Amino acid sequence: MMVSVNGERHELSAGTTVAELVSSLPGAPDGRGVAVAVDGEVVPRGAWGAAELREGASVEVVVAVQGG
Amino acid sequence: MSLVPPLTIAGREFRSRLILGTGGFLNHDVLAAALTASGAELCTVALRRLDPAARGSILDVLEAAGVEVLPNTAGCYTARDAVLTAQLAREAFATDWIKLEVIGDDRTLLPDAVELVAAAEELVDDGFVVLPYTTDDPILARRLEDVGCAAVMPLGSPIGSGMGICNPYNISILVERAGVPVVLDAGVGTASDAALAIELGCEAVLCASAISRAHDPVAMARAIALAVESGTLARGAGRIPRRRYAEASTPEAGLPVFEHREAAG
Repeated sequence: MMVSVNGERHELSAGTTVAELVSSLPGAPDGRGVAVAVDGEVVPRGAWGAAELREGASVEVVVAVQGG
Repeated sequence: MSLVPPLTIAGREFRSRLILGTGGFLNHDVLAAALTASGAELCTVALRRLDPAARGSILDVLEAAGVEVLPNTAGCYTARDAVLTAQLAREAFATDWIKLEVIGDDRTLLPDAVELVAAAEELVDDGFVVLPYTTDDPILARRLEDVGCAAVMPLGSPIGSGMGICNPYNISILVERAGVPVVLDAGVGTASDAALAIELGCEAVLCASAISRAHDPVAMARAIALAVESGTLARGAGRIPRRRYAEASTPEAGLPVFEHREAAG
């Protein structure tokens, strides 16, 4: 299935969870300091393991940067 | 040992009245050194998309320095985006504290008052400790306080402008009428601006560009930290009233009277 991750199209196998996606991304190995929104809704860290992504989902994965 | 009383926001005490914004530092090493020089205990961070090429996390720098994280919602133009960003920050950093920014346009970076109040109200209801970046309008500050913000953070002048405090009269009116701590949040260009903010009654100063974009950020961090401490002491000591005419500090009594003779010609 295709999902959008930070604006880029990713081909993922059906049933991929948020936890699996995050651990597959370079730069976020342990998920520390990472937050995820799917289709404009925050997915709490505790729900990553159970949250399966759907075809066409729009995922934002964010981290801390310098600012303010 | 600091001579000034601690800053209290939402029941939390901070020895330092300088909050460091982490934007604009050349790299993490300069940030770490400036952080130490500033003595700040609270630092802003922003949230952005994960960059696979990024090396090292700012969180490691802040953790090593032992400072608390104050996430911001920089870059948000609507209450909706700001609320979502705050919720993401709460997940990422496990903190309820949020520096709320909802800006109106990218040229002035001035707050959008209507969206700001709406976002503040929603976030307070959602359990956040909300510290809004606002204009120097005392009425807007009161509105933010009324919806439950833990502090108000007016600008002295636009973000990154270094113009100092353009309307000190508004800041002093805002401070007089505020029931929550007032943190001057933008416009500081150099140490004297920070001292003035505190002398006007602000409880703290939040400063990023003045330090991060100074020729020597570490020296400026120290200078502004000292200015904040100096301003706090001066405010407690009480400035003398301004007057239009001079008032001699040397007594008139006992002034000798000199008789001058014409010199013999």
